[in-house]
Amino acid sequence: MELEQTLPILLGLAWITPLFSFVAILFFGPRMGTHGKNAASVATAAIVCSFVFSLSALLMWIGVHGMSGGSHGSHHVLLKDSQTVLVAGAAQWNLADHQPSGSEDASEAVHPAHDADAAGVQPEDAHNLHHSPDSSDSHGAGAHVPISYSGDWYTLFKVGSLELTIGWYIDALTLLMFVVVSLIASCIHIYATGYMHDELHEVIDHEVHLVAGGHLHRPGRFSRFFQSLSLFCFSMFGIVIAGNLAMIFIFWELVGICSWFLIGFYYERKTASNAANKAFILNRVGDFGMLIGLMALWGALGTFRFADSVTMSLDDGKPVVAKGLFNLVRPAENDHQLIVPDGMVKASASGEIAGIMIEHATRPRDGESELKSRISQWRSDGLGSWLLIVAGLGIFCGCVGKSAQVPLHVWLPDAMEGPTPVSALVHSATMVAAGVYLVGRLYPILAPEVLLVIAYIGMITLVIAATIAMVATDIKRVLAYSTISQLGYMMLALGVGGWVAGLFHLITHAFFKSLLFLCSGSVIHACHTNDMRRMGGLAKVMPWTAGAMLIGCLAIIGAGIPFVIGFSGYYSKDAILAQSLSFVQNNPSHQILFLAAAAGASLTAFYMFRLWYMTFAGEPRDHHVAEHAHESPLIMVAPLVVLSFFAVVAGWSFSGEGGLTGLLEQARPAGTSEGASHGLLQVSLMIPAEHESHQGAVHRSATLVAFTTAALGLLAATSLYLWKFVSVELLSRMFGPLVIFLSKSWYFDELYSFLCMKPVLLVSSLASGTDRHAIDRFVDGIAWCARRLAVFDDWIDRFVVDGVVNATAHATWNIGLKMRDFQTGKVRQYVMFIVIGTIALFVLASMLWNSTIAG
Amino acid sequence: MNFFNILAEPVGVSHYLLVGAVLFTAGVVCMVIKRNALGVLMGIELVLNGANINFIAFGSPVLRGESTVSIGLDGQAIALFVILLAAAEAAVALAITLNFYNNHATVDVDRAEDLKG
Repeated sequence: MELEQTLPILLGLAWITPLFSFVAILFFGPRMGTHGKNAASVATAAIVCSFVFSLSALLMWIGVHGMSGGSHGSHHVLLKDSQTVLVAGAAQWNLADHQPSGSEDASEAVHPAHDADAAGVQPEDAHNLHHSPDSSDSHGAGAHVPISYSGDWYTLFKVGSLELTIGWYIDALTLLMFVVVSLIASCIHIYATGYMHDELHEVIDHEVHLVAGGHLHRPGRFSRFFQSLSLFCFSMFGIVIAGNLAMIFIFWELVGICSWFLIGFYYERKTASNAANKAFILNRVGDFGMLIGLMALWGALGTFRFADSVTMSLDDGKPVVAKGLFNLVRPAENDHQLIVPDGMVKASASGEIAGIMIEHATRPRDGESELKSRISQWRSDGLGSWLLIVAGLGIFCGCVGKSAQVPLHVWLPDAMEGPTPVSALVHSATMVAAGVYLVGRLYPILAPEVLLVIAYIGMITLVIAATIAMVATDIKRVLAYSTISQLGYMMLALGVGGWVAGLFHLITHAFFKSLLFLCSGSVIHACHTNDMRRMGGLAKVMPWTAGAMLIGCLAIIGAGIPFVIGFSGYYSKDAILAQSLSFVQNNPSHQILFLAAAAGASLTAFYMFRLWYMTFAGEPRDHHVAEHAHESPLIMVAPLVVLSFFAVVAGWSFSGEGGLTGLLEQARPAGTSEGASHGLLQVSLMIPAEHESHQGAVHRSATLVAFTTAALGLLAATSLYLWKFVSVELLSRMFGPLVIFLSKSWYFDELYSFLCMKPVLLVSSLASGTDRHAIDRFVDGIAWCARRLAVFDDWIDRFVVDGVVNATAHATWNIGLKMRDFQTGKVRQYVMFIVIGTIALFVLASMLWNSTIAG
Repeated sequence: MNFFNILAEPVGVSHYLLVGAVLFTAGVVCMVIKRNALGVLMGIELVLNGANINFIAFGSPVLRGESTVSIGLDGQAIALFVILLAAAEAAVALAITLNFYNNHATVDVDRAEDLKG
């Protein structure tokens, strides 16, 4: 089978397997072994299957396309599900033609339907390949176009031109994300099997104090944990494989709800349920912006699809190309440089368009042609630029929420309430990675102005989070702020044009951050506390954990021998710094972006080694904890070793250009490698091409800066926490207010409480006051009146109506009693009555006869 | 006056009516004053026959002194029905009386007051 057909199947399987596991555990979880023990095996088996599928897909890809990013062949390939396509003469379009070598041939752009024998085609040809009639090759220009495959599995519904499909868009980035997510998730599943063993039995939650006194006893939720993990992985895979924005949004929300399940896993704890709600609600805030972005894109461009799609016209069997978002914003005709799409120009110029159409009301065709001629004029006037910027910013809003960027970062430290494996998963592979991934995926449609905003948000995030991490004492919170800071780095990298740098850091960070979290979980497992001030000297009792964590720390600070070799973070952080340097060289007014990134590197080194020294080095601070500590079981240590290995080697390149960066280069959005992008509104803004940052001088100075800053940070941490030249307590006293400011997380929570919660509470208390005192009073008054009226009614009913009825009955009764006397039972008397009555009648009749009738 | 004039007239309807009225009145009085059930029955017979005489009188073309289209038997037919009815009624009434006697050892109608109100 060919790659174009195999990849969707393999990745589809990798994607759907965790869903099966979720469903199985959902229905049979508690019955899987004792207390659901086998649920872990099911979930782990599923995710390992996913990993195997993903890895084989990646290997097949490498087999065809190699690992280097050098191939500049343009072959965007489309595959459409047979159920929706009436296939015309695309059958003869062989895959062989689309190998890199073949695709250089400009003649390929020939319309397939021009073939004479196009008519009689069998349905099974549907799965054959359609070459995109994208004519970039004939334009020459050597524009780099990423290799990607796209298509649809299933059409959810189609209303007018709105089509929601479950489809795929597969490029090297998709494959890498699949492998990384499934690998890390596999490690975390295995680790969690050991970490969560408490949940196998009845759990006494010492953090929940019952009103009646004592602690909460509850049944273990082992299977439930793995059920949520499976759904989480499924959702993340869904985002990664999605072929359109609508599908991304669906799985985006699924990831959100999974995080809610897992952060609130110990939902009896007030803090945990609050943290879960906080994460969910802050993400809704971001998603609100994302919806605006989606609406802007949909309203102006009418498609959510990333790639072009080819359908066969029902009329003449010719292929019809529906342009995808990427090709609309960076059309092949424009050498894949960013322009405002026609749809957005038209949407902004609706007033002018109406004028033109009225002018040519009698001959609409003239109007159409005039419209066409005016569009480029409007575009150069800047019409529609704002729409593109709003679309980009809106979608970035969603990413701000998911990837915990300032100002929506406050949920992430609180999310530490979840079990540690969940933190590891959330912080490395799934939730927060989704935001960075989406920025990377939608990079082609982001205007330079949007990128600038992204860069600044990332810069602010990385500095703020790093400073907070320096004073945090909860081991998981340090790591949480470290994650936020690193995500800031990724956003910064993407914002300054470092597409590969940002996503490279996403992947390397996924490895070492999951490693760090699992190590901290191991520590917490041993010490039963999160407080670093009670740890210390643990390296002796937990050598494996200490070693793995040391590797993680070295990786995250980007340790390495400059220009020779280093941990994975060394490569990715250097790339980011180099790109920032290249950016500020082109845009001197944004100097702070590079300075902050460099300072951030220093802070990173400081807080990571502060963490390591406080936890593992020196003498035990709390002897009770130290005596109790022990190395974790093999099932928890083994994943640490695996992740350590990747934390070290993930950045290495093999055979020259190969390695992660080479693979990522293959997916680089078209038109971002060679030329620089200029701002739509602010022409002086220039996003430099990334390959410039690989050039000797820039890269060399960036490497040196990174190394120096990291070394400085490391030195500071070592002298303070290991050699103890200066007492930390003394320093804290000297900088008292600053330390308090930082340990209060820059008062963000208080600020939001003041800005959002207080007003809301005020308004709601006002509303409740109005409700209680005005509306309730009114309602109560009406009820009181109704009650009085009812009492009156009751009186009328009782005395008037009932009185009449009773009186009638009474009278009847009395008359009856009187009448009894006449019925004596004496026949003779009756006869007398008859006689007398008859006579009386006669007399009466004769009198009346005489007086009235006859008379 | 008028009443006594009747005696001077030839026998006509009014004479029959007079006899019928006398019979009827005698029957009613008999019914009223007799406590013996059999006496009451006799009174009833008298009342019925008083009425019968009236029917016959009104039914007779001779007595009416007119020649009508009627076949002239309507009064007699009703009278026959009444006789029949009287016989049947007497049979039932005698049976009731006999039963009453069996139960109360008397035929005094004033004692038959079990159903009084």
